Amino acid sequence: MSATLNWIGYKTLVRKEVKRILRIWGQTIVPPAITMTLYFIIFGNLIGKRIGTMDGVDYMTFIVPGLVMMSVITNSYGNMVSSFFGAKFGRHIEELLVSPLPSYVIVAGYVSGAMVRGLMVGSVVTMIAMQFTDIEIHNLWVTFSIALLTSILFALAGMVNAIFAQKFDDIAIIPTFILTPLTYLGGVFYSISLLPEFWQKVSAFNPIFYIINGFRYGMLGRSDVSIGTAYVIIILFVAILGSVCLWLVHTGKGLRS
Amino acid sequence: MPTINALEITDLNKTYSNGVEALKGVSLSVEKGDFFALLGPNGAGKSTMIGIISSLVNTSSGEVKVFGDSVQKNRSAAMRHLGLVPQELNFNQFESPLDIVVNQAGYYGLTRPVAIERAEKYLKQLKLWDKHDKPARQLSGGMKRRLMIARAMVHEPELLILDEPTAGVDIEIRREMWEFIKGINDAGTTVILTTHYLEEAEQLCRNIAIINHGNLVENTDVKSLLASLDVETFLLDLREPMTVAPVVEGITTRLLDSSQLEAIVPKERSLNNLFAALDQAGVHVLSMRNKANRLEELFMRMVNEDNRDHQLESSL
Repeated sequence: MSATLNWIGYKTLVRKEVKRILRIWGQTIVPPAITMTLYFIIFGNLIGKRIGTMDGVDYMTFIVPGLVMMSVITNSYGNMVSSFFGAKFGRHIEELLVSPLPSYVIVAGYVSGAMVRGLMVGSVVTMIAMQFTDIEIHNLWVTFSIALLTSILFALAGMVNAIFAQKFDDIAIIPTFILTPLTYLGGVFYSISLLPEFWQKVSAFNPIFYIINGFRYGMLGRSDVSIGTAYVIIILFVAILGSVCLWLVHTGKGLRS
Repeated sequence: MPTINALEITDLNKTYSNGVEALKGVSLSVEKGDFFALLGPNGAGKSTMIGIISSLVNTSSGEVKVFGDSVQKNRSAAMRHLGLVPQELNFNQFESPLDIVVNQAGYYGLTRPVAIERAEKYLKQLKLWDKHDKPARQLSGGMKRRLMIARAMVHEPELLILDEPTAGVDIEIRREMWEFIKGINDAGTTVILTTHYLEEAEQLCRNIAIINHGNLVENTDVKSLLASLDVETFLLDLREPMTVAPVVEGITTRLLDSSQLEAIVPKERSLNNLFAALDQAGVHVLSMRNKANRLEELFMRMVNEDNRDHQLESSL
C-alpha cells in the first residue's frame, strides 16, 4: 500500500520536474545546444582540421564524447541546483516536506528530473555532433550506462550544493570554480598521453577524467583508463553522494529548522 | 476503547541553534472534531509549534502525535492525517493553481484522475476555478490564500491546521473563508486555527490555547473562558461634547475625547446603572460599542500578566 502511494508521489514529482524543464525550454535545452554547436564548429571543424588525429581518430570525432559528457554533467547538476534551491528559496520545498513522502522518494524524484534534463541535452548534443562527423557507437550498453550513472552522480552533487546553499551565489560557485575546471581538465579536448607524467598523475585524481574516458570508450572504443576502473569510480561516487543526500534530506539539514 | 485525540502534544521543547527557547515543555491535546484556536502574540511560539506538528521544524525534546501516529517516530503516517495552510505563501508562483493542487494530491498518493477531480472540486468551492490554468503569481492576495486552503484540502485530511489564514484578506473574503472552514469542520475535519483576529477565534472556535514566551498560558473552552471575564469595556459616543467624565458608582469612566466616553463595567453591575447615571447627569448617548471583543480583552489581560511574570523572573 505504502509502496504504491510512494510510487504515485515519485511519478508526480518527476512529472512536475519534466514539466518545468519543458516550460522553460529556452533556458534548459536551447543554450547548451547553441554552445555545443559552436564548440563543434570552432574546435572540431576549424581548429580540429589543423590538429589532425588524436588517439587514432580525427579530432572532431575525438571531442564528441567529451562534449556530450560535459553537457550531461552541467545540465544534470544545473537542473538540480536551480530547481531544488529555487524550491528552497521560494519555500515550495515545504509542499514535499509536509507530505508523507519518505526522504528517498524526494531524492529519487529530483534526481530523476535532473537526469531527464542531462540525458535530453546529451541526446541533442549527440544529434548535433552527428551533423559534423560520422559516429559508430562502439558499445551501446557502456555508452548508455556511463551517461546514466554520470547524470545520477551530478544530480546528487547538485542536491548537496543546493541543500547547503543559502543564496543564489552559492549555487554558482561550485559550477564555476570546481565543476568547469575539472571538466575541461578531464580530457574533453585532449588525450592524457599528451600531458607530462606529473600532470598525468594529477589527472588521475579528477573523477571527471574517468567519466569522460569511460564514455569515450563506449562511443569510440578508446580510453586512457580501463572501463572497469571508470565504472568503479563512478559507482563509488554515486554511492557516497547518494548516502549523503539521503542523510541530509532525512535529518532535514538545511531544510527543516 | 479509548478515543484517539486528533493531536496530542507531550512536553514539547524547542531551542533553536541561536539559543532561543521557542517552546518550553508545552503539553496539550485537541479532540477529534474540535475547532481549536491557538493564540499568542508575535514570537510566542505558535509558528514553531505548528512547524513541529507539520514536521517542518525538528523538536529538541517531547513528542507530537497526530491521530495516534508520532511525528517523530512515524512521520509519514502522521503526515497523512494532516493538511497545512501556512502563514507565508509557499507555492511555486510560476505554476498554475491546478498543477499546484494536483501535484500536492500526488504527493499524498492520490492517482491522477482522482487528484484532478478533487482539485477541480476545491478550486471551484474556493472560487478559483476561473484562474485554474493561469500562473499563480497572477492571483490576488486573497486568491493566493484560498489556493493554499485548496492545496491543503485536496487529500481531505482529518486534521487541518490554518496558520493565520485570513491575514491581509478583505472582510468579505474573510467571511467566505470562515464559512468554508466552518463547513469543513461541520463535515468532521478537526481544525486548528491561529489568528490575530480574536473575533475570528471567538466566532469559530470551541476550545482555545494561549501561548506566550513558549509556555502554555491557558487551555480551555471558549465559553468558560468568556464567562471568566469580570469586566467589559464600552465606548459611548456622546451627543454634546463634555470636559469632565461623569462619575458613576461602581463603574470607571473616562473621556477619550470631548465626545467619546470609555466605561469599564464590572460583570456584577448592570448597564442600566450606567445609563441611569448618565441620564441623571444630562448626558445623551448616540451609540455604544465594545472597545474590544470579549476574547481580545481576556487575551490582552492574560498575556500582559504573563509578560509581567516573565519580566519579574528575568530580573531575579
